[in-house]
Amino acid sequence: MITAISIGAVTIPVADVWTIVAHHITGQGATDDPALDQIVWNFRTPRVLLAALAGAGLAVAGAVLQTLVTNPLADPTVLGFSYGASFGAVLVITLGGIGIGGVGVAGAAFLGALATGAVVFALGRRRGRLAPTRLVLAGVAVGYVLLSATSFVQLWATPTELRTVMFWMLGSVAGAQWNQLPVVATIVLTCTALLGLFGRQLNAVLAGDESATALGVDVNRLRAVLLVITALLTGSVIAVAGGIGFVGLMIPHLVRLTVGADHRRLLPLTALLGAVYLVLVDLLSRTLIRPNELPLGILTALLGAPFFLWLLRRNKGLD
Amino acid sequence: MKLTVDHLHVTLDHNVILRDVSLQVRKGDIVGLVGPNGSGKSTLLRTVYRSLRPADGVVRVGGDDVWELSPRAAARRTAAVLQDTGGNTTGLTVTEIVALGRAPHHGLLGRDGPQDHDAISEAIDRCGVRPFAGRDYASLSGGERQRVLLARALAQEPQLLVLDELTNHLDIRARFELLDLIRATGVTTLAVLHDLDLAARLCDHLVILNDGAVAAAGPVLEVLTPDLLADVFGVHATTERHADGVIRITYAARPITGGGRPAPAGDSTKKDEARLARTTEH
Repeated sequence: MITAISIGAVTIPVADVWTIVAHHITGQGATDDPALDQIVWNFRTPRVLLAALAGAGLAVAGAVLQTLVTNPLADPTVLGFSYGASFGAVLVITLGGIGIGGVGVAGAAFLGALATGAVVFALGRRRGRLAPTRLVLAGVAVGYVLLSATSFVQLWATPTELRTVMFWMLGSVAGAQWNQLPVVATIVLTCTALLGLFGRQLNAVLAGDESATALGVDVNRLRAVLLVITALLTGSVIAVAGGIGFVGLMIPHLVRLTVGADHRRLLPLTALLGAVYLVLVDLLSRTLIRPNELPLGILTALLGAPFFLWLLRRNKGLD
Repeated sequence: MKLTVDHLHVTLDHNVILRDVSLQVRKGDIVGLVGPNGSGKSTLLRTVYRSLRPADGVVRVGGDDVWELSPRAAARRTAAVLQDTGGNTTGLTVTEIVALGRAPHHGLLGRDGPQDHDAISEAIDRCGVRPFAGRDYASLSGGERQRVLLARALAQEPQLLVLDELTNHLDIRARFELLDLIRATGVTTLAVLHDLDLAARLCDHLVILNDGAVAAAGPVLEVLTPDLLADVFGVHATTERHADGVIRITYAARPITGGGRPAPAGDSTKKDEARLARTTEH
């Protein structure tokens, strides 16, 4: 992380970064260069922290969703959460915050994700049960509707707004600020910790719904509770970091392929790898075409997919 | 632990699946639940392992109504091995599958202790799955998998075992080995079995379900009479105990045409099956 903070449009020696970060945490040994201090503490540190939080949150949400709906392709995008957030954000970017009672882009994205979660949840119910296939199909369908709506709204956008929209939809942690971090950190860390408690019950779901029931798991309630937590988690991440794709889909599989599917190992390692991965991707996104920046969404898949495919070829247990 | 099913009625999507079903499994007994496809066997099991709430009637395990117990408390009494195709066990080892049996013994904050490890280890040994305990469950043969699932059920330390077609798709040796294993557990068992010969070998008593109702119940030889086999299963057959003590069924060359099993019943069976398939698929 410290290394990631030191590299960027301006490269700062790791030792200086340590001094500055230590100064802000302990209040001792300030540097004499206010510009460096500004870059390190006000721009890069929150940015790297946000990347770590976003990576961990999206990856854990993906891992849980894949098990909940027994579908290896599930992630926050497939269940429509991401599209809901995009719609909310694009609405505010193009129409301005005035029409929606002064909610900012982040707030609109968060509400969009939660509202989509509620709709998918309602459509996925049948005779009081949340059926996995129904949930996925409802998520995909609602996602398409929101995608059309998002495109429709963009017809009224100016070129500048369009650029903002595109950058937002592909995801970026460039806008990270200290004042938004506490909220995001609280939600992401709480939700991740909560999801971690359900490891044993999620393992039981791997045996199938009926078997899990016979193992004493109230599958229907588990699905409802965990869907709410994952919607909250992804909503808060997407609200501040945009529609970062692929992390929620790929990181859980990567970890499964290496350490197996036991959620009590899978969830903590997925959070860790998700955090590390997104910090690295963000580092590349701001260094590859210095001093310009690439959106995260372009790099997450571009870097991750080949490695993932290589791992998939090596693994024989998936047939 | 004793199982009592009392005047059970089950309705799914306004279709009556079980009507006034009553049966008992005494402590330590192995009771076979047999009947044609769509007769309601799996539905009956679902009410026992607390997956399906009956419209009327009571299922008691050890004297308590299972719906008065919490899901975990019910699962500490009853373990089930089912034909469950909904899950995805890719990436779980045999030991991890067996360890699932400890789920009902823990809340959200519970971690595996020595007691859990002992229960898992003992179940692994009893079912003879030690040699492949570290392997991926998905890489096992059908017979090995069923033994692992039985080990998972035993790790639950149940007082009642519920088995749904445990021996399906297995070769004859694997079937016999599983029957021995079930007998050796000494746990009270209610087992759905398709193969009448296997049912006759394994069980102390049989309960015959036909079209959602109990057609007969009692000791194997008293139940599997030529008349019942003709009425319920539509075949001519005789049942007798052979010199080696095993009860065997001898079937006639052809099923009964016309008389034995009336056509409307056959049709409704088909419908029942389709309906069951739909409702279990979600």
